[in-house]
Amino acid sequence: MKQFILIFTLFFLFTAEAKTNINFWETQNGVRVYFIESHELPIVDINVNFDAGSARDNPKKSGVSNLTNYLMMLGSANLNENQLSDSFSDIGATIGGGVDPDHAKITLRSLSKKETLNQALKTFQLVLSSPRFDKTVFDREKLSTLSLIEQSQTQPDSIGANAFKKLLYGDHPYAFPEEGLLETVRGLKQSDVIDFYKQFYTAQNASIVIVGDLNKNEAQDISDQLTRHLKEGKNPEISDVQSISSGENLIENSAQQAHLFYGMPTLERQDQDFFPLYVGNYILGGGGFVSRLTGEVREKNGLVYSVYSYFMPMTKAGPFQIGLQTKKDQIDDAFSLVKKVVSEFVQNGPSQKELEDAKKNLIGGFPLRLDSNKKITEYISMMAVYNYPLDYLETFSQKVESVTIDQIKDAFKRRIDMSKFSTVIVGKK
Amino acid sequence: MRNLIFFSFFFSFNVFSSVSEYTLDNGMRVIVNEDHRAPVVVSQVWYQAGSIDEVNGKTGVAHVLEHMMFKGTKNTKPGEFSEIIARSGGRENAFTGTDYTCYFQTMEKSNLELSFRMESDRMQNLIISEEEFNKEIKVVMEERRWRTEDKPEGQLNESFNALAFKAHPYSRPIVGWMNDLESMTYEDAQEWYANWYSPNNALLVVSGDVEPDNVHKLAKMYFGPLSKKTTPKRKPQLEPIQKGKIQAAIKAQSKLPMLQMGFKVPLLSKDEDTQDSEPFALEVMAGILSGTSTSRIQRALIQSGKALSAYASYPLLSRGDVGTFEFVVTLNDKTSVKEVEDIIFNEIKEIITKGVTEKELNRVKANVIAGEVYEKDSMFYQAMIIGQLETMGYSYKIKDNYIENVEKITSKDIADVAKKYFINDSLTVVELIPTN
Repeated sequence: MKQFILIFTLFFLFTAEAKTNINFWETQNGVRVYFIESHELPIVDINVNFDAGSARDNPKKSGVSNLTNYLMMLGSANLNENQLSDSFSDIGATIGGGVDPDHAKITLRSLSKKETLNQALKTFQLVLSSPRFDKTVFDREKLSTLSLIEQSQTQPDSIGANAFKKLLYGDHPYAFPEEGLLETVRGLKQSDVIDFYKQFYTAQNASIVIVGDLNKNEAQDISDQLTRHLKEGKNPEISDVQSISSGENLIENSAQQAHLFYGMPTLERQDQDFFPLYVGNYILGGGGFVSRLTGEVREKNGLVYSVYSYFMPMTKAGPFQIGLQTKKDQIDDAFSLVKKVVSEFVQNGPSQKELEDAKKNLIGGFPLRLDSNKKITEYISMMAVYNYPLDYLETFSQKVESVTIDQIKDAFKRRIDMSKFSTVIVGKK
Repeated sequence: MRNLIFFSFFFSFNVFSSVSEYTLDNGMRVIVNEDHRAPVVVSQVWYQAGSIDEVNGKTGVAHVLEHMMFKGTKNTKPGEFSEIIARSGGRENAFTGTDYTCYFQTMEKSNLELSFRMESDRMQNLIISEEEFNKEIKVVMEERRWRTEDKPEGQLNESFNALAFKAHPYSRPIVGWMNDLESMTYEDAQEWYANWYSPNNALLVVSGDVEPDNVHKLAKMYFGPLSKKTTPKRKPQLEPIQKGKIQAAIKAQSKLPMLQMGFKVPLLSKDEDTQDSEPFALEVMAGILSGTSTSRIQRALIQSGKALSAYASYPLLSRGDVGTFEFVVTLNDKTSVKEVEDIIFNEIKEIITKGVTEKELNRVKANVIAGEVYEKDSMFYQAMIIGQLETMGYSYKIKDNYIENVEKITSKDIADVAKKYFINDSLTVVELIPTN
């Protein structure tokens, strides 16, 4: 099997060069625009991102960001929810939305044919500028959100994820699930949604990513058309995550498997330790079948189908999280094994070979992250939301390449303290 | 042998793909879809072996073998396959369906040869040891607990299939019954591998920034030397005609009730001479019932607040020649299952008596046409369509006629199939009663 090694050491230097040319400008009212010109397919993708994620919810009104975003797609200006939906689907265009703690987005995908695209954009502009927030639609969607929350509270994954956020983040906005809590959603009023929209869907909170079959002038016109209506308004900074002592929550559940959640708040997007932690975690539990956690817990001991660790870098310290599911009577064994693997890694770091392999995967696999218009749109949106430098894509490989064993050891020792980890087990006997 | 087919769409001159097709001397087929947008290649090896080919007592063995394919060959140690692919920057995995098992890698394009070297090795040289099997079968049981035992939707779907089909193997879960997994041995996996893993039962689909003749050359080099095997004769195992409504209720951990109901309907024939418009009428009908948020089912169940999610689906294609036109609904806890069933029947009756509107037809067609363009944005998906069609027993070329077939469908075609097939006697209804 030795001969394999020769084949793939050659390429990773030149694939790192794969370039995606980002055009960047700001509209007159200050919206940041990112445009990638690509004529191979007659498609246009647009993501409009706002600093209007669930971290912007007033804790007493948790869930309002999510409901606002969803209701924006259910009626605009003179179009009711059916007319709005039909005006997109009649021409094969699709809109979408979504909320995470750090941002909300409204997206459009359309064919690039002039008449089709113009019609899609006309309605899309209304979605962004003139949501109706009809009372009847609001009431219905509020009820179905409540039912969905109730349903998710019977499922161990959701129960555990919510309990884990609560332990890690206490009173910080990151403690709340995007969809809100039963008690907070119950109290939401139509005016809350209207107020949230007015306060957070503003020019200084917005960025727009346009990818596809357009030239730069057309993209400029579109970015003006879609953002012209946006009012002034900038959010205050989200508060820092306070360091909280470790907690434990063991929750009874009748499911066959127990679900483990284990970790602590760690990583910000703009963080000096980002690359050592990211590369290190690939080796520990991020690299799918080849990670240490999968090797020990799944491959060697057959205890789980899935075990993982990840850093979720966010505007403020996002979680470092380890998770697995296993049948109830194996949870203690699986959990001790996890602790052993993590503490070993934090103590001694990776081997030279593991580090080399990790770099080969992360650098060699980089073109795969950008091999479709959809993926490019999502990736650039991430850069836009977190204000990454424009040369991020070009410097990514070099930054991964320069990570050393000592940096990984040092970063894990400083940032990962298992005595501060919180634990949630759903289905602990 | 080489066939080069260019297909282009009438609505744009920008969109075209080229697909090339080859057959190796050992019977293995190779299909190459060119997509030069990024320096990336997707390589998929499809075996015409899925849960449909399993026998009672050994359900789940197709999927277990999929897991064992990562556990070492005469030339590699357990897990080494994944390590080598990861080190090349590739992503890899596999999936098992009722009709096929597929192994894939997505890689920077210069690594295609590596993929072929590894896949050809495990096509013939797999080692299934008792020790590795005994660990991996536990992993598969955890997968079953996670996918099915603890998920209300999984429970509901498994019960639905088990009730709707008696003789046909689609009655059995792909992941296998738990007791069959508990009693499975490494010899069962070996037998499956010996039966079905051979170049003449495999299809290689490559999609991406490649030159077809070069792919053919590499395929010949790595897969060409593998020897042909005789695969077991497949039995048709046809489902007898259903004579009366089947109805059941199961209990699972959930807050909300759920409902899965389905009518037995015909699928697209594999014989092009006997293909008619009925399957396409059913396809368009599914779109009209639940294709967008203003579709009939969405208005009647979601906008009315009676359900939280509801959709209709029609499979169109399968290797096993049978399928159900299904409705899956998560109810609001204040609505009864009976009420939802009646609403769905009403919507069908409406279509039978009044047909559908021109607007609805045009909307479905516009989405089909746009959908064909959008799917070109994913080279993985393009390869997947080819692999599925071929392992189900169709030619991948029928993809080219899809839009044309859908465009021909009229309101009357839809009313006719609704009247003919949406009858109580071919209906199966399973209700999920929450135990929370």
